[in-house]
Order: sequence, then structure tokens, then C-alpha cells
Amino acid sequence: MEALNRFFDSDVWWSFKRSPVTVVAAVLALLCILGAVSAPVLAPHNPYDLAQISLLDSNLPPAWQANGNPSFKLGTDQQGRDILSTIMYGSRVSLLVAVCAVAMSILMGVSLGLVAGYAGGRIESLIMRIADIQLTFPAILVALLISGVARQFVPRDMQDAMALYVIIFSIGLTGWPQYARTVRGATLVEKSKEYVQAARVIGVSSSSIMFRHVLPNVLGPVLVIATLNIANAIIAEATLSFLGVGMPPTQPSLGTLISEGQNFLFSGEWWITVFPGAALIVMVISVNIFGDWLRDALNPKLR
Amino acid sequence: MNPFVQLNNVSKTFDVSAPWLNRVLERKPQTFLHAVSDVSFDIRRGETLALVGESGCGKSTVARLIVGLYAPSQGSVTVDGQDMKSAAQSTDASRALRRKVQMIFQDPYASLNPRWRVADIVAEPIRTHKLITDPAALDKRVAELLGFVKLTAKDGEKYPHQFSGGQRQRISIARALASNPEFLICDEPTSALDVSVQAQVLNLMKDLQREMGLTYLFISHNLQVVHHIADRVGVMYLGRVVEIGDKREVFGNPQHPYTRMLLDAIPDLKMTGKARTPVAGEVPNPLNPPAGCAFNPRCPKRFAPCDQSRPQTVSFKGRDVACFAAQEATP
Repeated sequence: MEALNRFFDSDVWWSFKRSPVTVVAAVLALLCILGAVSAPVLAPHNPYDLAQISLLDSNLPPAWQANGNPSFKLGTDQQGRDILSTIMYGSRVSLLVAVCAVAMSILMGVSLGLVAGYAGGRIESLIMRIADIQLTFPAILVALLISGVARQFVPRDMQDAMALYVIIFSIGLTGWPQYARTVRGATLVEKSKEYVQAARVIGVSSSSIMFRHVLPNVLGPVLVIATLNIANAIIAEATLSFLGVGMPPTQPSLGTLISEGQNFLFSGEWWITVFPGAALIVMVISVNIFGDWLRDALNPKLR
Repeated sequence: MNPFVQLNNVSKTFDVSAPWLNRVLERKPQTFLHAVSDVSFDIRRGETLALVGESGCGKSTVARLIVGLYAPSQGSVTVDGQDMKSAAQSTDASRALRRKVQMIFQDPYASLNPRWRVADIVAEPIRTHKLITDPAALDKRVAELLGFVKLTAKDGEKYPHQFSGGQRQRISIARALASNPEFLICDEPTSALDVSVQAQVLNLMKDLQREMGLTYLFISHNLQVVHHIADRVGVMYLGRVVEIGDKREVFGNPQHPYTRMLLDAIPDLKMTGKARTPVAGEVPNPLNPPAGCAFNPRCPKRFAPCDQSRPQTVSFKGRDVACFAAQEATP
């Protein structure tokens, strides 16, 4: 309770209130997240329950158009699934992948960056050169490569079931160098401060200094990058799924929905691909705007 | 009686060369910085030795060598009969030394972890060395330590940024005392503080020394502070100790021209209106020290031998001096 009061009294909350764009973005992002997380409860239909879908409802336009059916607000796809519900279920998958992938990048990047910054010397050179090499390739190419290789290790009949893990792994693995670089830089700054030397004089072990002294002081920038990277990870996942190496049609994400829908674009059923696309854009932009604001709000030089 | 701390011909060299690739491409040689060369002195149990000198003369490096943050390139550091180098090899011995030797840092704004509560900061040495494991007893001990430095147990709940510079420096002292050390190294503990607060911290340190029988190595460039707190004074110049001896001897009758120069520059109320002699010249680049005695470009008493060789440290008039002119003057 006291912590909550302190938060509402802080500079960060004040600058949040004063930026209407950020407030709108945060509300939109929150709506997307809420809709995605509570899809099984809030969604009007369960598009993956075969008992509930009927081919008779297929390719219905949105409810406000001539042939629309009021129970399918945004229309249906070629199998009679409600688009609104598939979007909600799809963003659930997209968000899950993005959050897990970013968490994996953070875990890898922060620990490697911390070790590189604190240990220095050859260990540092090795880790940072690997990060540099990975950064010279476009992230999506690396993700494609990793997911392609990872697929080879998964038995054919397990591919659909394992797709979620493969895509989290491949997006997560592409993201770490950014965290490693940031954390290494911050660690170098913190390492030279006297409180780290004081801990060494006391006789605290290196791992304890790294994780208990340095780590809490380098996490600020990581939070900002993580927020911005969630948006990037959503796009990366959508791209991979659109290209057909991401989520399978049995467990579609927003990218899979867009990819499937675009086949019907020229036959006039535009809503199958446009609405998932719009949902993706709203989600990514709102998270991005929020992340941008967070970066400025937490940057002491801009206060 | 054996000295408590002993430095034998200690040198510390830092490799400040450009990266390997640049060296190869630009044909630059490797460069070394001799931060400390050939320093020897003793500190007796219970006394305060002050090291003074201009910025960059190696005072802080000496402190870090004694406390074990740096390993000496040459020579040996012995604390309480234990050689630092051999102690570093056995965990038990190095733990015992870590407990015995503690350090107070210069910048009270950087020496406390901003994310930790004061009680945790002060308790860290105790937890690290597992001196007290019972939580209630630990709380009591932390309160006692905060009491030593005139803070209350309630202050332990706060974070460092809620304190002033003087209070933070006192928290550092409480942390340094937590492991019941015998030897405290104070690296310019008052230079970041206001004058009124300086006196407060210095008097606290003196009181603690009397009560607990502590030994201090006190590093400062403020000669008045040194005069107030030290028993013996060592003057450093460009990585070497040029004069070391009893405070009264060194301050009262300085033998090395550099010591005299520093003392002449102290402002004094009695001398109001008269021109003081400012410290002339600058410290030479330690990467490229002058031949012979390092002080010779600035020395008023420079004569032939000064350019040829480095003066040896000679003991006379109750102190050790490294100066040809001083030796010449005394038969």
C-alpha cells in the first residue's frame, strides 16, 4: 500500500498523466493484453471447438454489412470461425510468444552481459564478439535460420506441438545481444564505483557482487528495452508465422491469421486478413509508444 | 615489537598500452605506468600513519595494495605477520585478513550501494563472514554499530540517498567497523565533505581509535587534517615516499624540499597579508618521469647528483628522507 502511494506520488506517474498520447497507448495496450489473456472467457465463440463452428456460417462479412450476422461482429473466415474470436485467441498466442521470447533474451543477455562486464579480458571479448557477429545479420534472418535448424531436431509428428517452443526459442535467441551490450556497458560503470570495491574489500564473492550489488543497479535500462522489444517480438513472430515457419494453422497467431486471410483478399473477403492486421498494428504501436515514453521518463538526463 | 603493517620495496605497474592491434598497426611500444615504485614503510599497532602528496602521486594505489584490491608487481605487503600474497592462496587466511583490514572510501555518494537499506549495508561484512547468524542478535549488532557513529537504529530502515554526505561517510565507517577490524585504511575520507562536517568525522574517527585500539592508514592531501589526526606522516611524490617520520619532526623541521614546499603553501592566519610561496610547477608525467630524482625539475636545491641518479632513502634526524641536498647539508 505504501509502495502504491509512493508510485502515485512519483515523477514517473506525473509525467505519465501529463502525456495524453501515452495514456491512450497504455489503455489500448492494456485492452489488447486483457482481451488476449481472457480470450476463453470474453470471446463470443470458441473458434477451435469443432462442435461450435458450422460451415454454413463461412465467409460472412462483418455485422454492419448487408449479409452480416450480428453474432459474428467482424465476420467469419472460410471455415465459419468468428474473426473477433480468432483475433483474441491469436493475440493470446502472439503475446505469449513475445513475452516468453523477451524473457529468454533478457535472461541470456543480462547474465552474459553481466559476466562480460564484470570479468573483462578474454571472456568479455569472446561474448561481445559473438554478440557483434550476430548483430551483423538481420534479426529475422537469424530467427529463420534458428527455427529452421531447430525444426530438424523435432520429430515430424511433434512439429505442430513443438512449434510454440521452437518459435519462442528462435526469437529469444535473436534478441540477447542488445541486452548483453546494454548490461555490459552499465556493469562497467557500476564496477568502477566504490561500493563494488568496498564489497571486494569486505571479501564478498564475485558472483555475489555481480548478482546482489551490480545487477539491481543495471536493470533500469533493461526494463525499457524489454518493453520496446515486446513489440519487436510480436512483429517477428507475425513475420515468421506469415512466412509459414511459425505457428501452425491449428494454433494460429495473428501472423498465421493474416497469412491465411490474404489468400481470400482478391475474392473479396477482405475482413479475414484486415482485422487481424489492424489488431497487430494497434498492439504493436501502443506498446511501442508506451515503451518510448518509458525510456524518456526513466532517463535522468531528460528530466 | 613487530610492526603491524609492513611494506617491503612495493611497486605497482599498470599496463596502459594501446590495444594489441593498434600497437601492431601504429608501431607503438608497450607503455607502463609506474604508479608506485619501491615503497617501504611500517605502521605500528595503534598508530595513525598519514600519506600526503599531490593528486596522482600514488597514495590511493598504496592503499589499494595494502587492502588487497591490487596485487603488488614487486615487493611484499605484510599485515599482522601475514604476507598478503600467500594469504590470497588460502581461503581461510584471506578471510581472516579481510576481516582484520577494512577501508573507508573517498566518495560517500559512490561507496554505498544505492539500492540497499543502510541496515543491510552495515550488516554485509557480518553476513559475509558469518560472524553473527542469529537475526535478532544481528539487528542488535547493527543498531550498536550505528550507535557508534551517532546514528540511530531507525536510520537502518532508510536508503543511502536519504542521508547527507557526512552521515553517509559515518555509515561507511559503521560498515568498516562491522567485522571488528584492527586496521582501517582511510582513502581521503573527508575530502568530499564540508569543513564543519570534516571535523565531526575526524573527531569520530579519533574517538573510535582510542576506544577500539584501531590502527589507521590515513590518506589525504589536506595537511591540516593530517596534522590533526596523524602520529606519523609520509610524503609521497610520483610513486615514491620522499620523506617519512614523526609528525612533529616532519612538520616542524622538514628536510625534503618537496615537504617544505607543501608546508609553505598552507594558509595561515598569522601570515595574513604576507605573500605565501605557492607550490610551483607541476607533477611530471608518470609515463615519462625525469631522469635522476623525479623532483628535480621543480626543486630549488637541485645540483649535479640530482640529474644523475635517484637518491636512496637515508635515515637521519628521526625520519627517512630521499634527497641528495638534505644528505649533503647534514654531515
